[in-house]
Formats: sequence, C-alpha cells, structure tokens
Amino acid sequence: MSSDYDYSDDDGDYYDEDMIDGTQDDYSDDDNMMDFGGDEDIKVPQKGKRKSYEVDYESLSQSAVEKLIAEDVEYIYSVCGVDESIASLLLRHSKWNKERLVEKYMDNPTSLLVAAGVTLPEPTSSPTQRSAPTSNNSSSRRTTRGASRLLTTFGGSGSKTKSPITSPTLTHYTPRSFKPKSSDPSDKFVCPICFDDAPSLRTLSLDCEHTFCSNCWAAYLASKIRDESEHAVKCMAEGCSLVCPDPFIRTVIGPSATSTEPGQEQENAKAWSHFQELLVRHYVASNKRLKFCPYPGCTNTVSCPSAADKSSLTTIVPTVSCGARGIGDQMTQSQSASGGSGGGGWGLAGKEHRFCFGCHVEADHRPVVCPVARMWLKKCRDDSETANWIKSNTKECSHCQSTIEKNGGCNHMTCKKCKHEFCWVCMGPWSEHGTAWYSCNRYDEKAGVDARDAQSRSRASLERYLHYYNRWANHEQSAKLSLDLYAKTEKKMEDMQITSSLTWIEVQFMKKAVEEVERCRMTLKWTYAMAYYLAKGNEKDLFEDNQRYALLLPSHSLIIHLRLHLRIPSDLEKAVEDLSELLEGPIEPENIPGLRQKVTDKTVYVQKRNEIVLEDTAKGFMEGRWKWNVVVEGFDEPEKVEY
Amino acid sequence: MASIAARRLAKELKEIQTEGCPVGINLVKADNFELWWFTIEVMGESQYKGEVYTLQFRFDGQYPISSPAVQFVVTEGRQAPIHPHVYSNGHICASILGNEWSPVLSVTAVCVTLQSMLASCKKKERPIDNDRYVRNAPDNPKKTQFHYDGKCCPALIAYSIMTDMGSAITDDTV
Repeated sequence: MSSDYDYSDDDGDYYDEDMIDGTQDDYSDDDNMMDFGGDEDIKVPQKGKRKSYEVDYESLSQSAVEKLIAEDVEYIYSVCGVDESIASLLLRHSKWNKERLVEKYMDNPTSLLVAAGVTLPEPTSSPTQRSAPTSNNSSSRRTTRGASRLLTTFGGSGSKTKSPITSPTLTHYTPRSFKPKSSDPSDKFVCPICFDDAPSLRTLSLDCEHTFCSNCWAAYLASKIRDESEHAVKCMAEGCSLVCPDPFIRTVIGPSATSTEPGQEQENAKAWSHFQELLVRHYVASNKRLKFCPYPGCTNTVSCPSAADKSSLTTIVPTVSCGARGIGDQMTQSQSASGGSGGGGWGLAGKEHRFCFGCHVEADHRPVVCPVARMWLKKCRDDSETANWIKSNTKECSHCQSTIEKNGGCNHMTCKKCKHEFCWVCMGPWSEHGTAWYSCNRYDEKAGVDARDAQSRSRASLERYLHYYNRWANHEQSAKLSLDLYAKTEKKMEDMQITSSLTWIEVQFMKKAVEEVERCRMTLKWTYAMAYYLAKGNEKDLFEDNQRYALLLPSHSLIIHLRLHLRIPSDLEKAVEDLSELLEGPIEPENIPGLRQKVTDKTVYVQKRNEIVLEDTAKGFMEGRWKWNVVVEGFDEPEKVEY
Repeated sequence: MASIAARRLAKELKEIQTEGCPVGINLVKADNFELWWFTIEVMGESQYKGEVYTLQFRFDGQYPISSPAVQFVVTEGRQAPIHPHVYSNGHICASILGNEWSPVLSVTAVCVTLQSMLASCKKKERPIDNDRYVRNAPDNPKKTQFHYDGKCCPALIAYSIMTDMGSAITDDTV
C-alpha cells in the first residue's frame, strides 16, 4: 500500500464519518481512522459539536417511545393516584397533554373519568343514559344475573369515582370487573352476540357488566384495532361509552390469550402488536416534538425539540434521519452502515431514512427553509410547463400587455383586447409599416426597438423564473438518475477489484463520491429555489458583510451575488459536474490509482464546498439575514423592490 | 369467524320464524346467510302510510362484529322511500349502520330502527346531495363513509341513534 493510499484512506474515513453522523468537528480528528469497516459504534448522532446547518435530534425505536409512554403513565399514576391502565386511558383521552390532564382531573375527576370512558356516568345525573336499557335488556337475557348485581356495580363505580376527590394520591382506583367470570354451572349464560351457550364459555365484561364471550370480544377487538385502527375501543354494547383498558385488551388478545376459534390466535397476535403500534402512533402524533419516520415499513420515531414550534421553521431546516436504512424487508436498523462490511445494502436498499421534520415536501431541502421550499414546489407544479409554453409561443401586445398567440395569418396583428395594431416581427406599431403585409424591414427602427424593450422587461420575470427553474430541474433530474449511478458504480467497483489489486474496502471511494455528488446536487438544487425568492435587498448586505467577495463582483446580477456570497461559486457546481464525469467515465486498469486519487480529492473538495454553503445559509437564517421578494409564511413582509 | 356469523344468523332466523317479526316487518327471503330481504311498512299515521318497502341485508363473514350492508331494494318495481336519509339508489345514511354499529344489534333491531326513522319523518324529500351521491355511489353502501353531522331528528334520539347527515363521501371516488 503506497502512502497515497494511506492518505486517501484517511480522507475517506473522515468524510465518511462526517456524512453519517455529523460528529466530526475537526478534520484533524482521526481517532476512527482504523475503523474503516464501519463497525465503530456511532449510535448517538449528536455527540460533539454540530454544524450550524444541523439540528439536534434523537432517533427513537418503538420500544423507546413505549418507554416514554410508560413514564407519562407513571407520572399520572403518581400525581392523580389512578391505576396505570386508567392513567393510560386518561392520557389518550387528553391527547397526552399531562398538564392539562392533571388540571382537569383536579378540577373534576368524575367528569374526566366519564369522558375518557373509564367510568360510567352516574345514573342519577343522567336518567336517559343510553346504556341503561341495553344493560337491563342483556341482564334479562342473562337470566340469573340479577338487578342487584347491576346495582352494586353502579354504586361501586359511584363511590370509586368520588374517593379520589377526598384523597387523590392515596386511593388507587382499580377496575376489577373485567376479570374473567367464573362459569358457575347453574349460571346458564348465552352470549348475546354469537348465541353460544356452551357451559365452558369464558365470559368477560367491563365495569358496565355488558357480558359477552371471550371469542366475540377477541373478534371485536381485533376488528376494531386492525380494520379501524382504533386505540380507544368502546364496549360492544350499543351506546355504552366505556373504553376497554389495556389490561383488558391484553387479557383478550394479548400473548397469553388462548382461543377456541381456529386461526384466532394468529389474528390476536397481529392485532395485539398493531395495538401497541397504535398507541405509539397516537403518542407520537399528539406530541409536537416527535415525528414518525415516513419511510414505508419503518417504525422509528425522531425527536426534534428544536423544530417542534412552527415558528422555528423560519430559522432552521430540520433535516433528520431515523437511523435506519433501506425499505421494507431489506431495512436495517444499523446506524453505522458506512459501507465497510461487504458494501451490500446501498443504493435503494441502503438509503438512509432522511426526512424533513418540518414539512413533507422533500427529504432534504437544505439550505432553503420549509416555507420557501413549499412555495417553490407549488409554483413549479403550477407554472413551469405553462411558463415554458407561453415563453416560446406568445408575445405581448406592446400596448396593453395582453399575451397573444399568433396561430396563422400575416404579421399585421390587431390586439383583440385593445385593438392596437402592431407588427409581429418587430413589435412596432403597424401604422409605420404601410403595405408590407408579409415582410417587416423595420426591425431596427426606434419604435420597434422600444416596443421590444418593453416586452422584454415584462418577459424578464418569466425568464427569471425559467432560469432558476431549469437549473433546479436539472439537478432534480440528475438526482432521480442517481439510482442508476449507484448501480453502475457498484458494478465498476466490482470490476476494479478484479482488474486491480484494490480490496473491496479500498474501492469504497467510488461509493463515497457518488453519495457526495448526490448530496451536493440536493444543495445546489435548492439554492436555485432560494435564489429565486431572495430579495434584492440582500445584495446590499452582501457588500457589507462580504467586502472581500464584493470586490470580486463583476456585475450586479442577483444570481452572481448570491453565488459569491454563498460561495457556491459556480465552483461547487463545476466541481460536482467534474466529479460526476469522473465517476461516469470508463475505467482503465492502469489509471485506477490516479483515478482514485482524483476522485478522492474532488470528493473532499465538493464536500467542503457544500458544507460552506450549508453553514453560511444556515447562519444567514439564524441571523435573519435573508430577505425575500415575496410574502413568506413566518417572515416579515418584504420591502417593495422593483424588478 | 364465519362460524360465528352462521351460528348467529341461524339463531336470529330461528327467532324470527318462531316468534315472528315486529309489527309491520315481514321476512321475504332468507335462503342463505348472505342475503336476506324484508318488507317494511310504517304502522299508524305517517308520511308513508300504506306504503311497503323492501329492505335488503347483506352479511359478510365478519357479522355481527361488523355491520351488515343494509339498503332499500330499488329493482323489480320496488322503490326506496323518499326520505332525507335515503338515497334514490336505496342507500341509507344511518349511523347505526356505520360507526355506531354494535354487535349486540340484530337484524330485527335494525329493521325497527329504520321503521322508526321513516315514522318520524316530517317531510318527504331526498337528501340534498342525492344526485351527486347516486352518480358515484359504490355498490355496497358500507363502502361509503357517511358523515353523520349530528342534526338529529328528535324521534331518532329516543332510539339512541344519530342518523342525520349532511354529505356523503364515497371512498370509491377518492
């Protein structure tokens, strides 16, 4: 191994590390140099100093979220003095807002317990209560279960709900009635749903005493949970508002539940795990600091407190990653899939689960903030094709600026709207043309030039938009092709191993280059969207902030200012294209060492450039340096600037 | 699961055959456990006096955990009643057939509820979105996600159902 290789390996190591977890704050840090295989444990993404364009976030597995849930339940348990299963129901009812729950509970525990479906409303307070006739009805069907039993239950729930008022922290309210009922042989029970009356029938009910057989409960819970994704399942009886607490659901469809129905146990297992997922989803959906990973089949959650508040989206771009890679069955939870071990699992299968915490428009739209990215995409959807067509097929009336399509006839145009007569070729007034119907020899006459100038000004905004759009779309297109590039590169890496003495680990530089190219394209792409909306006012700031760059300014055109300021110097653009070319080009065995050096150098170069761009724009957002030429959600109104 | 449905329907059918249907309701056919027909007539003074309608029940293997598909029959010379909750294709917007279905409800209970829904009607008219709905309606009314907006007829509250609706969204068209 030559010293060249050693050098490039080090490079490879540090930018690899950096790309994966952003822990690198100093390029001289080479502690992990020996861990090129990627086995280094880098599970905590936020250790060390983060870059200004990165946000603090934490990836949570489903079980980690379940732990958070348990903590909240524990908290309510200790504060309100209710049983854990009830605490869970109350939390779900209150959308996991602990403070509000405690407040409401202290204010009126009974009404909260009733609203959450924990206890029945007191019969005295609501005589027309809907479940009353049903329970009478079912009790009559239950032959031997008398009204006295019903009465005790109502009385019991009444006293139970009252007790927390007197000593809220001491009395732990416990639901007791969903314990399986003993099957007394004299107690001839007929399930009102399936009409099964087998003496061995296991029967269950909630506090409301609406009793059904366990098979019906299981089928009902499974159907509610799996078909309707309901996490607060109400009692089966018509109009009954009691919600099944978790231990009840566990009893019926949990892992230990048995069933006499064939196939029901598998159904139960699926429903039970789906129920766990529903709880997590509900918790995550109710919590602004948390978001579910949007990748198909992924169950991870990302916690990003700094982006919880919508107003923060004007200053940061919360690009996060749940840490998993791949899609569906090929998904891996490994956070250190840096391609060392065998190199498998990249391309689509190895794609990192990266997404924007603030919006759904695109996984990574750095450097531009969510509202601007959203606006741009909307504009592109609405405008791009139409704008292209207008640009190539129409002209504007030099008098009233109506857009006119010429679809035949001579050059003598009469505007339908203002009746202005003009020449399609020179855009000058027709009155100066006399009888030259089919040819215009007045193209350079003053009137024609003036009219065209006016026209070009009105077209400028369209041109301007297309300028940015085309560049944006170019990178978009390239990014779409990156999957192809991944596949091709992988093939090349294999070839390289055969034709040269390089090992699999040593040819990883190709993969890193491809990844970096993709990353830079993303940045470049969104920089164009940003540039389109940036107000001219920024120019002034640029001069002051960046004299050094300002001195270099060759013209006053906005894009050049922006580029210089962002130091995108067509430089990043060019470097990225160069690197792409290197990667796409044919590989001669004898040139491999040279190629490796070049690719590695370029990769490092574009990576640094890219970081500078991201750093600088991010700082700009933090400092409120960027002003827009349109109204952007969350930002101040733009000053009127004429374009 | 299907066994529950069969057992339950067999039991319901037996009850109907031995004890008879409630007044104004008659079994037309129940040859299998998939499709039953009933005639329904509103007794006493009402907008629908002397009119007989046919109700169709379709059951899947999930019955009674999930609701049956219930609608009025509008073929073979039969008509759907003109009612603010009944579309001209026979589909019915009633919450007990949707999100307020309970497995303890039975076929006769549904018949009685619908009978009272007709009886309580003050004015014969079609739902406001009838034409739009019927144009795009799925074959099975259960595929429609009715929106029960809570403007209840007082008589229906007594039967603890909320049947009023504003608009119906068919998920076939989405």
